[in-house]
Amino acid sequence: MLSVQRKTLVDGVRHASLAFDPVTTSQHEISDEIAKIHADAPAGAPLLDFPPYRSTLLRHPTKELQLVDPEGAELLAPVFGHSDVAPVEADLTVQRGGEPIGERIRVHGRVLDGDGRPVRRQLVEIWQANAAGRYSHQGDQHPAPLDPNFTGVGRCLTDDDGWYSFTSIKPGPYPWRNHHNAWRPAHIHFSLFGTDFTQRLITQMYFPGDQLLALDPIAQSITDPAARSRLIASYDHSRSEHEWLLGYRWDIVLTGSHATYLEPSDD
Amino acid sequence: MTEATPGQTVGPFFHHALAYPGDSELVPFGAAGSVVLHGHVYDGAGDPVPDAMIEIRQADASGVVPAVGGSLRRRGSAFTGWGRCCTDAAGHYWFSTVEPGLPFFAVTVFARGLLDRLFTRIYLPDATDAVDGLVATRETDGRLRFDIHLQGPSETVFFTFPRT
Ligand SMILES: [Fe+2]
Repeated sequence: MLSVQRKTLVDGVRHASLAFDPVTTSQHEISDEIAKIHADAPAGAPLLDFPPYRSTLLRHPTKELQLVDPEGAELLAPVFGHSDVAPVEADLTVQRGGEPIGERIRVHGRVLDGDGRPVRRQLVEIWQANAAGRYSHQGDQHPAPLDPNFTGVGRCLTDDDGWYSFTSIKPGPYPWRNHHNAWRPAHIHFSLFGTDFTQRLITQMYFPGDQLLALDPIAQSITDPAARSRLIASYDHSRSEHEWLLGYRWDIVLTGSHATYLEPSDD
Repeated sequence: MTEATPGQTVGPFFHHALAYPGDSELVPFGAAGSVVLHGHVYDGAGDPVPDAMIEIRQADASGVVPAVGGSLRRRGSAFTGWGRCCTDAAGHYWFSTVEPGLPFFAVTVFARGLLDRLFTRIYLPDATDAVDGLVATRETDGRLRFDIHLQGPSETVFFTFPRT
């Protein structure tokens, strides 16, 4: 069935994805598809062509990525500074008049480049659902309550050693329409920059022990378990605060920078 | 090299977090010497992608890639050489910027249904040594047009780099 779908897509038939019925495709069928793909060689980056996540069908390139040496603007990431981000933007629990509802957390860690060097004074952006699993986004139709005291949006700059820290509320899992009874594991979206333009990363941080991770086609699109585990924060009791919040630690490693890797040019 | 943290899709709910006033105006719209770079993002069926986000990085008109802050709070200050635009319901993106003194805009593409970011370039129409298929069209009103096709017969050339 699946191979037929993908063939019609290659043949250019419009709306091939409609042949997948999100109402009747079960978690069992999705998990089966995931297991078959996982039987192939594990990949540390998400597969762009990953049919268990249905929306990838018409949105993944089919040609091989072209290998090029970065040049010009690709060698330098955008720069952000204190004029871009106010310190208060790192605390998602104080953005409105009152306290948001939910389990108060602190998520902290380091942003490193592929050579283990801290990424200093660089922008980190996050967004997440509230404790009930609802985004403060007009496109979110999940009938869970909005929290008037929670936007779920934060920003900060890493410090001189690459550390970032956000205070927030633990997001709830939420349903989506990939298949019948599909639920996203609780997660926080992270947007990161390095020192090179080529190090740009948008990803999702997950929480330890979440039973939904194994069922989730988005997380499972990373077929190497070791790579997948790098998206899961660890509980950090040293950062939990007495009678106040629970700490989580999540370090982020970007790809290597080219500025120091390429032969110095003499022009 | 330490193993990199894998990417994940930007998902459907990024607009309220990543869009901000002036995000796609590297210079104010209509400013003297400015140019509009715009286009549509399409999927493999030729349908517009209304939940994509495009970022560009570029040199200034003299060919210098700026390393100055201020992109998130543009106040008519220094040119930062970076911007972002979320596509609208028609899959359209646009930037108000200057034509770079180096031959291309560096581009990153994100979308719901796209599990990791894609890199490409948009070359200026008169660029020499441009990668085939990655050259913007100059429209009669002076705007630069470049459509991005995630898949299909006109699929855009996307890049990988030696260390990614
Ligand atoms: Fe999400």
